[in-house]
Amino acid sequence: MSVPFYVSPEQLMKDKADFARKGIARGRAVVVVACSDGIVFASENASRALHKISEIYDRVAFAAVGKYNEFENLRVAGVRYADLRGYSYDRSDVTARGLANAYAQTLGTIFTTESKPYEVELVVAEVGATPERDQVYRLTYDGSVADEHGYVAMGGSAEQITAKLAERWQPGLDLPAALRLAVEALGSDAAAAAAGSGPRTIAPDQLEVAVLDRARTRRTFRRLGAPALAGLLGAPGAGAAPAEAEHGGAVPGPDTPPEPPA
Amino acid sequence: MSQDPSGRLPAAYLVPGSSSFTEFVRDHAPEVLPGARRLPAGGAGALTGGPGAGQPPHATTIVAIVFADGVVMAGDRRATAGNVIAQRDIEKVFPADDHSCVGIAGTAGLAIEMVRLFQVELEHFEKLEGALMSFEGKANRLSAMIRGNLGLAMQGLAVVPVFAGYDLAEQRGRIVSYDVTGGRYEEVDHHAVGSGSVFARGALKKLFRPGTGAEQAVRAAVEALWDAADDDSATGGPDLLRRIWPVVAVVTADGFRRLGDDELGGVVEAVVAGRTGNPGGNPLAVQSPPQSPPQAPTQQGGAPA
Repeated sequence: MSVPFYVSPEQLMKDKADFARKGIARGRAVVVVACSDGIVFASENASRALHKISEIYDRVAFAAVGKYNEFENLRVAGVRYADLRGYSYDRSDVTARGLANAYAQTLGTIFTTESKPYEVELVVAEVGATPERDQVYRLTYDGSVADEHGYVAMGGSAEQITAKLAERWQPGLDLPAALRLAVEALGSDAAAAAAGSGPRTIAPDQLEVAVLDRARTRRTFRRLGAPALAGLLGAPGAGAAPAEAEHGGAVPGPDTPPEPPA
Repeated sequence: MSQDPSGRLPAAYLVPGSSSFTEFVRDHAPEVLPGARRLPAGGAGALTGGPGAGQPPHATTIVAIVFADGVVMAGDRRATAGNVIAQRDIEKVFPADDHSCVGIAGTAGLAIEMVRLFQVELEHFEKLEGALMSFEGKANRLSAMIRGNLGLAMQGLAVVPVFAGYDLAEQRGRIVSYDVTGGRYEEVDHHAVGSGSVFARGALKKLFRPGTGAEQAVRAAVEALWDAADDDSATGGPDLLRRIWPVVAVVTADGFRRLGDDELGGVVEAVVAGRTGNPGGNPLAVQSPPQSPPQAPTQQGGAPA
């Protein structure tokens, strides 16, 4: 009978964390950008069906990077949590903070007790009545929670993308400006930095974009399809200022679904 | 709702499986579902005291009409408990999701709870599957919920909704009616449920025109509710003193829309003006001057003078 080697707790945790981090860094990035019109989520994702961004509840949305089956599992749990809470209490009693806490406890327990941690990183965001009341929580594989302000980037090349967002983000951006910033940041990944030719251009049909629209009542989440995106992003290569003037009136986009009943 | 003491999401939440909220809750927290509560023996007649001899409030008349671009549903605003008017401004037409609505007749408390569950059921499916449920699917889910209430219905607490919406696949407005056992029946053109439905249905037969616009369909719905209120004490007519109008919803490819009070006020006032001096809304009576003698003797049947 073989005697297992002794592994120190520090080493064990470090190995698990390295494993999870590597898995997360392999995938494409998701960025979350707060703006005056709401909260914008964007990711480079060619699939129309396998979403990285989705609706949880009226004012709460979810974005994730990492292993699809693991974050899909958490997303389903989040929708069940929110719907059950909203049904047994009231719709206004479903908050991003409550959900972020539940996710944190879940991820934390999995990280310490299971032999394989979840290779995921999540954002749970809630759009408030005013930009100051927006809540954006970032959760990592080990269950730690960070309360973010303004923007978040996670997944592959997160460092480069965060640097770009830090440089360009400012409070009070409108939706088209925030969207352009998000797409430009996604294009400023490690590959683009290595090429040294500035941000890559990403075609609208390669993007998965959704917004928690502050102006809507009840269900505020809506996806922006390729036609709406093309309108909001403007001609590729156009400067930020003229495009802003051109497309300032394009909100809400042409494929905006009807206002849901109150 | 069982809560894990550690604060983590309970294991049941993380189990892959059904996209149905009702099925999930039935396994995980059955006590929050409407059908889960055990009732004491005896029917609803065992309730005593209070106005209306302890009868629970009943919701009454709902009408639904198909028109060219979708469907119109309208409900009066009265709830009755026995002989008492329990509420003057109850709402009995609800959005089920963006492209459908449900109107309720029967025991108001149970019906409203059922609609709430139905709304969550549709939204839950939409979020988990990333797709809208088909019209047939929605109608079947509601059918299952009504069947779940059969025990209570047999004790006198029946819920009979009518479901209507715009079928995105077939691109037309559709109406589905139910019986207390959950049997579901697709209705052609128009339908009415509730205590005043007999009178409303009679009116709808005369007022319905195929392929009209939303405006005519709304007018016909309000006229039919007037006829129901005229003959059924449990159906409330438009309340001109308090300015309480029926709830009218229009569902088209663009989604669910409830008509605002301003918009509806005009329609209601036109209906009231049309019925003044002509309470039956007889179209022939408008053409002939009111002072002309009725041709009653030749038309009257066996009624003794």
